[in-house]
Amino acid sequence: MSNEKKGIGAHLGGHLRESGMLLALVAIVVFFTLVLRFVPPSPIDFLSAQNITNLFLQNSYVIIMALGMLMVIVAGHIDLSVGSVVGFVGSVAAVLTVNLHWPVWAVVPACLFVGLLIGAAQGYWVAFWRIPSFIVTLAGMLVFRGLTLWLLNGQNIGPFPKTFQSLSTGFIPDLFAVDKPNVTALVLVCASALAIVVMGWRARTQDVEFGMEPEPIGVFWARNVVVSAALIFVGYKLASFRGLPNVVVILTVLTVLYAFFTEKVVTGRRIYALGGNEKAAKLSGIKTDRLVFFTFVNMSVLAALAGMIVAARLNSSTPKAGVGFELDVIAAVFIGGASMSGGVGKILGAVVGALIMGVMNNGMSIMGIGIDYQQVIKGLVLLAAVIFDVYNKSK
Amino acid sequence: MTALLEMRGISKVFPGVRALDNVSLTVEAGEIHAICGENGAGKSTLMKVLSGVYPHGSYEGDILYDGAPLACRNIRDSEDRGIIIIHQELALVPLLSIAENLFLGNEVAKRGVINWAEAFQRTEALLKKVGLNESPATKVEKLGVGKQQLIEIAKALAKDVRLLILDEPTAALQENDSQKLLDLMLELKAQGVSQIIISHKLNEISRVADRITVIRDGASVSTLTKAEISEDRIIRDMVGRDMAHRYPDRTPNIGETLMEVSGWNVWHPEQKDRQMIKDAGFHVKKGEIVGIAGLMGAGRTELAMSLFGRSYGRNITGKVTMGGKVADTSSVSKAIDAGLAYVTEDRKSLGLVLEEPIVRNITLANLMGVSTRGILSQRRETQVAEEYRKAMAIRTPGVMQKVVNLSGGNQQKVVLSKWLFTDPQVLILDEPTRGIDVGAKFEIYGIMNELAAQGRGVVMISSEMPELLGMCDRIYVMNEGRIVGELSKAEASQERIMALILQSEGKAA
Repeated sequence: MSNEKKGIGAHLGGHLRESGMLLALVAIVVFFTLVLRFVPPSPIDFLSAQNITNLFLQNSYVIIMALGMLMVIVAGHIDLSVGSVVGFVGSVAAVLTVNLHWPVWAVVPACLFVGLLIGAAQGYWVAFWRIPSFIVTLAGMLVFRGLTLWLLNGQNIGPFPKTFQSLSTGFIPDLFAVDKPNVTALVLVCASALAIVVMGWRARTQDVEFGMEPEPIGVFWARNVVVSAALIFVGYKLASFRGLPNVVVILTVLTVLYAFFTEKVVTGRRIYALGGNEKAAKLSGIKTDRLVFFTFVNMSVLAALAGMIVAARLNSSTPKAGVGFELDVIAAVFIGGASMSGGVGKILGAVVGALIMGVMNNGMSIMGIGIDYQQVIKGLVLLAAVIFDVYNKSK
Repeated sequence: MTALLEMRGISKVFPGVRALDNVSLTVEAGEIHAICGENGAGKSTLMKVLSGVYPHGSYEGDILYDGAPLACRNIRDSEDRGIIIIHQELALVPLLSIAENLFLGNEVAKRGVINWAEAFQRTEALLKKVGLNESPATKVEKLGVGKQQLIEIAKALAKDVRLLILDEPTAALQENDSQKLLDLMLELKAQGVSQIIISHKLNEISRVADRITVIRDGASVSTLTKAEISEDRIIRDMVGRDMAHRYPDRTPNIGETLMEVSGWNVWHPEQKDRQMIKDAGFHVKKGEIVGIAGLMGAGRTELAMSLFGRSYGRNITGKVTMGGKVADTSSVSKAIDAGLAYVTEDRKSLGLVLEEPIVRNITLANLMGVSTRGILSQRRETQVAEEYRKAMAIRTPGVMQKVVNLSGGNQQKVVLSKWLFTDPQVLILDEPTRGIDVGAKFEIYGIMNELAAQGRGVVMISSEMPELLGMCDRIYVMNEGRIVGELSKAEASQERIMALILQSEGKAA
């Protein structure tokens, strides 16, 4: 049976969603690159080192929170409070560093701990009292926005000391101390590209060994060459500018960790079973309420991290920080292929979904499209992605 | 008699599958015609052709109804002609009243305004007809499945039904509700309503049906008249081979007591003063298959679920010993560790994660068994799943197949595999063959015998008494939350079981 060879077309058809997401991202990048280069008023390089750096700095918080949101949504829940948690934790960070002069090494864990408490407070009601998460986190959204205003007294607090700012705007220093390009950045990027190819190859050999239908060899190499080339290109650009931003390193490490957790760790697997059929999971000995609690705690800790990064990037804490972020994050997860009813979704899908949103935000802003049209377009993209999913399923 | 319905040479092809191949079916006016066949034989497809779910032109062959060709474009068309189908999954809105449900889509209205007085009157008349003594304003969710089934029939009557199709109407009903339903079918027949019944329960078919058409692999194999109906004959036609025995042979080899439950009391999870299980006690020995008989609502599932990690009820008291030692079964994971497994009555909503592949369902209850320090090994997972696929003969192209795509029998084998992988000493199987066709039932019985032969204890809860009598070494009888009797294989008979239930009725104080 495993010897039966399906055509490349048939394979792509079966994996339309996964390959489709990546293709969509590539298409959007190509679109903006061409439009910005050839359509007047002036030729702009969308893929310039500076813009790529900006892209990551602007969108890091969405990607980080999408990792947590994916697990919440896979578990069959939703968290609407993350935008307010970003604002609140940012203001806590501002009060601690600027007003109370706490050192950065104490502020970061303190803020993460605040996130943990917030997640525990919300998760408690959702998991153990079975209050719908929509309600609990809607309440949380209001409560933490209100607390942000109260804490900041309606004012901005800033600026932050340099060390705190480096959380967002810092770059990994070049260990080889050469001038540009930044060799450390290049080495790290090439190493990760190689790692992706090697791990992909190992997974493929394993598939063959288990008698599963492997990806056609042509598709495998095409995908890996495109991904590695894109990675090395981005790395080269970053290296020739200011090096790897700290945020990119945090992002990459978190993405790898969460992808591993959801796919290879027992607890991660259980979250999928919980979202797929909670009763069956429970009757298989899985402590579903604890798992739900965990996903909410995890979500709020990531939101706290995002809150610090946002504050560090703006170099001040404002009452409006994080407003509407929850919608970007949730949209990213659904664009990335997660199912509203739970049990389905992948970390890498959520990351690509967040990148699609980010690239569109950035590209449309450079093109000078008004915020009004931007919202309309983003809304339609979200709708189209989900319709595509549903249509695919019904076929 | 004249034929009300004649389906001639019906063929229906789906991409890659010929679901129906030249099937013919004739239903005389005023008869009850049964259709039998294994799951996937094509019974439902045939009914969908008849009721217009598959519109005219999407199949080959002719349908004559009432002497004229029938060409339905949709369900509405067939309903207008008086052909009404009642599906296995009831289509009632639980939060609406009986009257609202009866006329849903068919409201007693003038220019869009509902005449409730008339609707209620007509509802009362219809309820009387089906022998239900309920107020038309009662919400459907308050009624049991048996009564809901009657409401469905009343709903069909409201539409002036001439040909009523019942798809496994008694699958979810307890014995006396089933009897009531069958009586009603006979009464409707006397009033001139022709009926088609699809059922797995051969004893019911032989009770009500005038003729039987057996379908196998998409083709009609035979049509038997009342005089020719015998269970053995039907089974032979259905599976295409002689089944000398309905139950596989087994020589019991019974050892010492494995599990013992005593003084087990359980209270209803919401209604505080309602006791669901009263001082129940039973035991299972090594290599023994023990049955628990009883009507639906007797508390069998509640007993099993409360034992299995207190998954049901509150204020649970009582003692469980496994292998002579007191066992802690206070949570599902502790119960599993103690060596207990529970295969639920409702596979789809309680037993499986339908959208996940077979392999992930099989390992779900014992993920630690395929991981090292919390990290899953895909290699081991696949190996385990493959082993069970072979051992259980799960028919599937591969273990990465989603379980939602499997037939009922194969799904049940996946659930059994999941629990066997936890290596339990005692398995409680709750209605293990419900909704499974005859061939797969036989396989499940074989697996149960195999489990007993391995020295495990098997507790089988079933509403089908012949199955209990055929499989079990000992049978406990439950009624109203109590265990009211215990019969050895030699003593047990349907009459004895019913007698124990009736004698205990109402005695409980």
